[in-house]
Amino acid sequence: MPWILRGLSNGVITSKYPKKMDSYGDSHHSSVKVQTEYLASRDTDLEGLCPTGAIRVELGRPRIDLGQCILCGRCVDRAPEIFSFSTDFETARLSRDLLVVPPSAESTGELANLKSALADRVRRFGNSVALRHIDCGSDGSEEWEIAALTNPVYDVQRLGITFTASPRHADILLVTGAGAKGMSDSLKETYHQMAEPKVVVAVGTDAISGGTHSNSAAVVAGGIEGVLPVDVFVPGSPPSPFGILYGILLAMGIALDGGAST
Amino acid sequence: MTDLPLNIQSTSVSTISFACLTEARIAAGDRFAALLALPLGEQIRLLSVTSCFGGFNVIECDLETAEPTYPSFDAATPMANWYARRIFDLYGLAPSDAATLDPLIARRPCQGLHQSPEKTGLTPKFAESSRPSVIGEGVFKIPLGPVRSGVFESIEFVVETPGEEILHVEPRPFYKHRGVDAAFFGKSAEDGALIAERVEGIAGVAHAIAYCQAVEKLADVEIHMQAELVRVVHAELERIANHLESVIRHCEASAQAVAYARLSLHKESVMRLRSNICGHRFSRGVIAPGGVTTPLLLPPAEVAKKVAEIEKSIDRDMTLLMRTPSFLDRLRGTGVVTPLQARLFGALGPLGRGSGLTEDGRISHTYGAYKHLGFLPTADAQDGDAMSRQMIRIDEIANSFHLLRQALDDLNNMEHPSQNWKVELEVKDGMSLGWAEAPQGEVLYAVAIEKGRIKSLAQRSASFHNLALFSTAFPKDITTDFAFIEASFGISVAGASS
Ligand code: SF4
Repeated sequence: MPWILRGLSNGVITSKYPKKMDSYGDSHHSSVKVQTEYLASRDTDLEGLCPTGAIRVELGRPRIDLGQCILCGRCVDRAPEIFSFSTDFETARLSRDLLVVPPSAESTGELANLKSALADRVRRFGNSVALRHIDCGSDGSEEWEIAALTNPVYDVQRLGITFTASPRHADILLVTGAGAKGMSDSLKETYHQMAEPKVVVAVGTDAISGGTHSNSAAVVAGGIEGVLPVDVFVPGSPPSPFGILYGILLAMGIALDGGAST
Repeated sequence: MTDLPLNIQSTSVSTISFACLTEARIAAGDRFAALLALPLGEQIRLLSVTSCFGGFNVIECDLETAEPTYPSFDAATPMANWYARRIFDLYGLAPSDAATLDPLIARRPCQGLHQSPEKTGLTPKFAESSRPSVIGEGVFKIPLGPVRSGVFESIEFVVETPGEEILHVEPRPFYKHRGVDAAFFGKSAEDGALIAERVEGIAGVAHAIAYCQAVEKLADVEIHMQAELVRVVHAELERIANHLESVIRHCEASAQAVAYARLSLHKESVMRLRSNICGHRFSRGVIAPGGVTTPLLLPPAEVAKKVAEIEKSIDRDMTLLMRTPSFLDRLRGTGVVTPLQARLFGALGPLGRGSGLTEDGRISHTYGAYKHLGFLPTADAQDGDAMSRQMIRIDEIANSFHLLRQALDDLNNMEHPSQNWKVELEVKDGMSLGWAEAPQGEVLYAVAIEKGRIKSLAQRSASFHNLALFSTAFPKDITTDFAFIEASFGISVAGASS
């Protein structure tokens, strides 16, 4: 009996997101922004600044591949006139190219096609989806953030999102980890067991590009895309629960702009 | 650093005396902590690390890669083979008389190797498993995993059971091996900290501290007290989050829905506080060689206020949980690790402390600001069951709050709270050992630096060490207890399989 009373004692704590923006979600670092007017001189080694090789300078214009960025903050610290943290957690995108900021004209042009193609596929999901998670070499933190989605604050059940143990009942596969070779067979098997239509979400920078393990012989080159086709990319090391939730909403075809603004 | 009360006593010896000197240390009462391998070009350096009063004894020997074998010391500790298997998985280096070399952290043919067994001329002696199966009527082997039902890390447990009782469990963490040690090779000292944070992501602060302390020893610098205190704040919040997670997993397994929801809520508050004070929910990018990259982003007094609020709500719910019979009944007598086994295997962290061991690196091998902070007396829970481990964790949560109060108070009283976070350091060539007490127990880093870069590195998490005890915790447990035993061990698979 005492537990029942306690269950009621906190009042409303559940986030209203995505109906309403959540102020906590926007309170910590979620990605890095690049000052677009900046023209790098030839002798500043901006690329060498980044420990994961996420910064690329083309014709003096620095760009960041958020699929490789681990948000270490070094670029923000050393070159604050060019790089700054962004707290916008809606960082998930429908293609690998769209993770590069500022995005190129081609990648944004492609977006409309990607969106309609995905929307066609996921129409049958209706208002509820079942998620299956599989770890392919994470550092353990992504699992915490995914599991957090079921806590009373995020409570994703309110949005028709449930977790399932059986791949056969799953609509969306959440994949974490750098793509450990030892998990490749299990990953493929899980994917094949899922019925069509199915959507794959790569959760975290490790899953997208291997992150700090990208050069390891023990992981598949290029993250889990080296094993499976990926539909939604959620950057972050690890991404926050809100960031993951946004990725799931994209995968359901009900979100939002999917990278149109950046 | 001669003024440190702690010593690392390093002895370089020949291959022949390596095993017997290690055996002698264990016979003299040292706790066997780790056997580590550092590939150094033409040679592989083996380090046996044993813990003694106030420090570590390190015995080193260099093996030529042309003839890479060493005598085992399996007779002195059951852990020797556990470590030998790991080193064989990583570098194809095996003791001449190994008991078994079953794959442990990487499935052969070796992945992520610095050096393949083909190159060293060694081939695995056994295929998948050399363990003779338990023979009896109706005994079957059930593989649990590697893909688990639920949001869990991948690991396989091969369970041998006649139906209800568990006769043997063999953990196989190798599926998600990432070759983490090799990821450090060639990196700058600064970049090393970023990788260390990701070895065992849920204990990244402790890993980064252990790594940085190894590097700082080589640079021979003193870290500012402000920075040491900020490290404590991040490390203790990490501990609280991890211990809560362990209790949450217990609640989940015993279908305590409200307790599960309440404690998940408190854990979320802790994660939010962590992000509020540094911008990252796992405090990444904060700990760096020489100190911390950023002071607390909120005034210490304000952090202290939030900490006090969280403490109060956790305390209320924990008190009730520990009076809920349907919950406690599942933990009592479950997954017993006897004090004898704990000592024999050198169990680490809450696992060891729940079985009567007293060592806590923050006190016995003190470092950083812990030297100046007071600890509360520890719980008297040493039955070795899931219940004892749970009580230890709850007690440690209280202790972490106690440390947070002191650290935040000290930071509040500092004269220049907004400066002196980081000292510039020049990392000199050499090898050194760093350690820290993670929520899971002792973390060790052996780091070799050459020309300012990491030449070689070997890390060992408590999760890897403690996993060796997992199969000993099933003397008569039934399959339905499995989830409790797993939760009470609190092992991070990422750390164990790295
Ligand atoms: S914040 Fe991202 S882009 Fe910047 S240096 Fe770190 S990893 Fe590279």
